[in-house]
Amino acid sequence: MAELITTYDTDVIIAENGYDDHFHEHHHGDKYQSGFIHHYIFSMDHKIIARQFLITGIFWAIIGAAMSIIFRMQLGFPEESMTWLKPLLGKWIVVDDTGMGTLAPEFYYALVTMHGTILVFFVLTAGLSGTFSNLLIPLQLGARDMASPFLNMLSYWFFFTAGVVMFYSLFLNTGPFSGGWTAYPPLSALPQASTGSGTGMTLWLVSLTLFVVSVLLGGVNYITTVLNLRTQGMTLWRMPLTIWAFFVTAILGLLSFPVLASGFFMLIFDRSLGTSFFLSDIFIEGQALDRVGGTPILYQHLFWFLGHPEVYIIILPAMGLSSEVLSVHARKPIFGYKAMVLSILAIGFLSFIVWAHHMFMSGVNPFISNFFVIFTLIIAVPSAIKVFNWITTLWGGNIRLNSAMLFAIGFVSMFISGGLTGIFLGNSAIDIQMHDTYFVVAHFHIVMGIAAFFGMFAGIYHWYPKMFGRFMSETMGKIHFWGTLIGAYAIFWPMHYIGMAGVPRRYYSFDAFDAFRHFTDMNKFITVAAIIVFFLQLLFVLNFFYSIWKGKKMTTRNPWEATTLEWTTPIDAGHGNWPGKIPSVHRWPYDYNKDEREYVPQHIPMVEGEEAGDH
Amino acid sequence: MVTDVNINPGYRSRVHPQKFALWLSFASIIMMFAALTSAYIVKQASGNWLEFALPSEFIFSTIAIIGSSICLHVSLKAFKNRNRAIHKYGLIAAFILGTAFVVLQYFGWNTLFSFGVDLKGNASGSFFYLITGLHAVHVLGGIAALCVALYHTFSLPFNVTARRVHRYELVVQYWHFVDILWLYLLIFLVFVK
Repeated sequence: MAELITTYDTDVIIAENGYDDHFHEHHHGDKYQSGFIHHYIFSMDHKIIARQFLITGIFWAIIGAAMSIIFRMQLGFPEESMTWLKPLLGKWIVVDDTGMGTLAPEFYYALVTMHGTILVFFVLTAGLSGTFSNLLIPLQLGARDMASPFLNMLSYWFFFTAGVVMFYSLFLNTGPFSGGWTAYPPLSALPQASTGSGTGMTLWLVSLTLFVVSVLLGGVNYITTVLNLRTQGMTLWRMPLTIWAFFVTAILGLLSFPVLASGFFMLIFDRSLGTSFFLSDIFIEGQALDRVGGTPILYQHLFWFLGHPEVYIIILPAMGLSSEVLSVHARKPIFGYKAMVLSILAIGFLSFIVWAHHMFMSGVNPFISNFFVIFTLIIAVPSAIKVFNWITTLWGGNIRLNSAMLFAIGFVSMFISGGLTGIFLGNSAIDIQMHDTYFVVAHFHIVMGIAAFFGMFAGIYHWYPKMFGRFMSETMGKIHFWGTLIGAYAIFWPMHYIGMAGVPRRYYSFDAFDAFRHFTDMNKFITVAAIIVFFLQLLFVLNFFYSIWKGKKMTTRNPWEATTLEWTTPIDAGHGNWPGKIPSVHRWPYDYNKDEREYVPQHIPMVEGEEAGDH
Repeated sequence: MVTDVNINPGYRSRVHPQKFALWLSFASIIMMFAALTSAYIVKQASGNWLEFALPSEFIFSTIAIIGSSICLHVSLKAFKNRNRAIHKYGLIAAFILGTAFVVLQYFGWNTLFSFGVDLKGNASGSFFYLITGLHAVHVLGGIAALCVALYHTFSLPFNVTARRVHRYELVVQYWHFVDILWLYLLIFLVFVK
């Protein structure tokens, strides 16, 4: 049996075959690394910006998850006293004479709203694609940095400022916005509509407008970098699937977020300047409003024209990360590379023509609904192709079951479970029963909440050595995985039954509904599971920060024996990523177990008579 | 030398990355106005729509912005041909005409308001002020870029380098873009009412 080649002298190969861009003849490198402030705070190095996005995302994830625990306690244990939360929540816990503390209903709505806003935008958009697009696009393409490092830095700081504004709104006397994360008018358009609709909503709009700027600056950079800064030999069809996913994600963001901005401008005009885009002569406290002819449906169209691509902005990066992790740790080429790329493109295209499936019950013409039903169901085709390819990649692989791989497999499991219920909800007839129930909550939490988180965790465990030069604890990682997998199903599986029985989402209490009384125990079960899963995530956070300083050190530059270019840089790569020339690329990114070689990285030249792996 | 504009010129990059990024931002701005004009059509179809004729100020403002685009184009050509005087006066003329565009838009809004078309009233007026106002904000961004170009023209020695041609092209392309965007909006607002 021939010996498997498993080590490569990367420095020599790059020096001999690399592409010389004369980078180090200029003195840009020093400019970016001088002093603490320019190195760690106002950094223009994409690797630092990626870590800034990640750590800010973790901060928001903890806040968003803690909020869900508070409202889950209200839902699971409405009879229990919450007086012990008084030091944290202050006046939002109302304590009566007997010492019984209850969560103020206004604040319950604010918590639900903020949980959605924070998780969708700050964690799963900025924290996920912001982190990994920044880290991997230049590294995997063989670029020194993003096309514009300055705009890249601005992108982070706009996100940071958006976060500061939103965080401030949590401490307002009237509370943050409380009309749902979708901010439908009239609750969002009339300052007097609810306690959170005044200053809370104003700050929500300011924050999200800043966030749109951040996404657009980031997206312009990502697309430009992918199309213009690829190294020698890196054709589009040799890009890893991660890059394809980030690329399409950025295009979706670039084309859909401006539409949301337009909706926001109209909303701001309605709130502050007295226009009637979304408001009409509705009655408020017995008085007709002096607006004529506006319709909230118009806002819903504009919102969901962003809102639907947004769920793919969240899930595509998770798909890309999982594809890469599955292939590396199964030691097999990804199955059906071209089909994977075409599926990403198909999903990206279809995401723009299905938005009204969020509006089946808001008075859209049923014949128009048919059009949206059909395209919604067609999305199942590229999604199923991807699932098939992930499973066939695993088939017969030499699988390493480490934390990253476990989370990637968990991602596939969650994506299947959540995706199947999407087929129910995509039918406008079934949606009459299902809409606005816990069935919807269960569906989207599994398919784009948990699944995206699993993809993100897979990415963090896999690329942690690249980011921090150390490994995270595998033991804690495995406890984290099994606890979260079982816990997440324990939380969301029962919600399907509750939803099918017609229990509506967003309600503060079900005291008044006799029909829902027998779900009390199930709600308790869900809440207990949610609390356990929350503490398991704190274990992850502990592991993350502990490992930055105390984790096992990385001794070789390519610990996973992966083929992509990010593992060819030195362990503590400075600005510019490669000390000398840029590696040039000679093959596709999935040459595992090829011609008696265990793996062949992309920068290794083809030997004579060798056939390309992607034939 | 062109390469020092960017830290990574990229391999076989035919378009300068900054120019490509600018084009992408055009796509983004187009989507924003596409959303507004689509919302306009949807709202109009639901009835209760006030029709009004545009005051003549908007004709003059259109002439002004087209004129400024032409001047800027001539100025860029002159810069590439190292013709200092035409470059300079073309840029100044473009700046004056560009500023005149915004001022004329403002006069146009005032006249329209005196006709009784209020921002608060019928949605057709609200849309008109929102769309033209948002466009004017984008023009102001272009005028800020023209100010930078003016500053460079007057403060730096006249020296035609690839880097300066590239930067000037970015300004000119953005200006042409807001010009064409205005023509689209004008045609839309005149014919869809």
